[in-house]
Amino acid sequence: MNFLYVAYGATWAIHIVYLVTLVRRYSRLRREVDELKKSR
Amino acid sequence: MRKAFPILGVLTAILLSYALYLAMLVAPREQTMGDVQRIFYYHVPSAWTAFLLFFINFIGSIQYLVRRNPVSDKVANWTIITLAVLCCIGGVVVAVVPDLKAALPEGTEPSAIGTTGVIIAIAYFVIRKYFNIDAVDALAVTTAEVGVVFCTVVLVTGPLWARPVWGIWWTWDVRLTSTLVLWLIYVSYLILRRFSSSGQTPVMAAALAVFGALDVPLVYFSIWIFRTQHPQPVIGGGGSIDPRMLHVLLMNWLAFLCFAYLVCWSRYRLEIIKREVEEAQALESLLEPRSAPR
Amino acid sequence: MSGPPGVTFETLKKDIRLEWRSKDAINSMLFFALLVVVVFSFSFDPNAEESRLIAGGLVWVAFLFAAVVALNQTWARELRNQVLDAYRVSPAPANSLFLAKAIGNFIFVTVLEALMVPLFVVFYKLRVLGPAWQLVPVAVLGTWAIVVNGTFFAAMSLRTRSREIMLPLLLFPITIPALISTVEATTTILVGDPTTSAKFWIVLLATYDVMFTIACLALFETVLHAE
Repeated sequence: MNFLYVAYGATWAIHIVYLVTLVRRYSRLRREVDELKKSR
Repeated sequence: MRKAFPILGVLTAILLSYALYLAMLVAPREQTMGDVQRIFYYHVPSAWTAFLLFFINFIGSIQYLVRRNPVSDKVANWTIITLAVLCCIGGVVVAVVPDLKAALPEGTEPSAIGTTGVIIAIAYFVIRKYFNIDAVDALAVTTAEVGVVFCTVVLVTGPLWARPVWGIWWTWDVRLTSTLVLWLIYVSYLILRRFSSSGQTPVMAAALAVFGALDVPLVYFSIWIFRTQHPQPVIGGGGSIDPRMLHVLLMNWLAFLCFAYLVCWSRYRLEIIKREVEEAQALESLLEPRSAPR
Repeated sequence: MSGPPGVTFETLKKDIRLEWRSKDAINSMLFFALLVVVVFSFSFDPNAEESRLIAGGLVWVAFLFAAVVALNQTWARELRNQVLDAYRVSPAPANSLFLAKAIGNFIFVTVLEALMVPLFVVFYKLRVLGPAWQLVPVAVLGTWAIVVNGTFFAAMSLRTRSREIMLPLLLFPITIPALISTVEATTTILVGDPTTSAKFWIVLLATYDVMFTIACLALFETVLHAE
């Protein structure tokens, strides 16, 4: 039974980790866009 | 377009929760394996989603390679159409000739051959219509990355299911090994994209994707022969499925497909913005002669 | 001799002559393979029957790693003296260059195998119980599988960071079916069980070789002109 919860938990952990990396890449891009706008 | 995203996000979350509820509580308890079998409702949809995403990547890679040249583009278009027609003819032939019909794997209808060919052709032309050549490459990166995520889920949930049920973490059976090889190929694809510094990265990555696509059937076949010579336990066996379980399985697949769509959409937008930013940065560095030392 | 076969042949002759004079690739491959044999020999001490079961895998792993050593150097020489750029602007078809490199690598790895096999026989007390002649097509097809894809991926790795790591990273997953076939065929022939046959594996290897040779030839021009 434990394995069942670990499996479901691991699935969502993997997805959440990926989504977090996406969010971080977005914010880094946002910063770069702001820098570009400032230097104009 | 952007306003739809949060709404779809909420709908997908609801769908996923419902699917989880179905998987945990509504689906009947499996006789031999018990509740651990419910991992199946996450393992299988993740696998199907990963394969679908890798398939889209394959189409995108082919398109990136052939659409650079108008001649190869036309040739590819007609090849796809011809293949679809051949599949339909093949489906009819198999349905009519009893020996061939018997040779099909259990549960497959001859019409599936025709349908598969047509669906592949439709997918090819739909992608071709809505994505120009640079967008197709962005699509390739997106589906490769999200595909690897889903494939990782498959490779993690697989052993977690196998261990309590069959006592082993891993076995070199056809499906597991093919999935592992597919994962390895696409991880190397992503590493190639990251480590390649030339402007022709998309071309090389597309070539690798084509190689990978050629490879996977061979992997499947080689492990199949290996297995007939060294029989080993079959994980997740075949056979018919209880219709209530099928319903839960399909609901989970639908939920994960919606989820995958949203993740791909986000990743795709990220890729497009990233490319625009890089272009802008390159332009900036060209237009700033004062900062360069004389 | 002119035309594409001529270009291939001339390039091949040049590579073999250069290699014969410096013996760079052969020496490093040989030493590496020898190290692998000795280390494995210490780690496993099989009796004759066990060694027939595991030798197939060990031998081909040793050859694979040694081949990677050679493959990494394939294009390095061309890059150093801007020969690669010269090829790109010349009217010579890209495939001739590719074939010349692939055949050259094939010859080097085959020479290595010929030198290593007696060592393996001695260290692992090997005796072939099955049809030994079948080992020849297995060796030829298996080596070609590694070499043809290896030469292609070596060209792809040229423009990446960590070039030496990139080649095995790209090569190993793709060559898995070929490796399975080669190892299984070799083991089947060594063990010589009359109920098994290496024929399926040899056919599968041949299919793999044909498919990927065509794929490499079709896509090499694209990869060569990538800059």
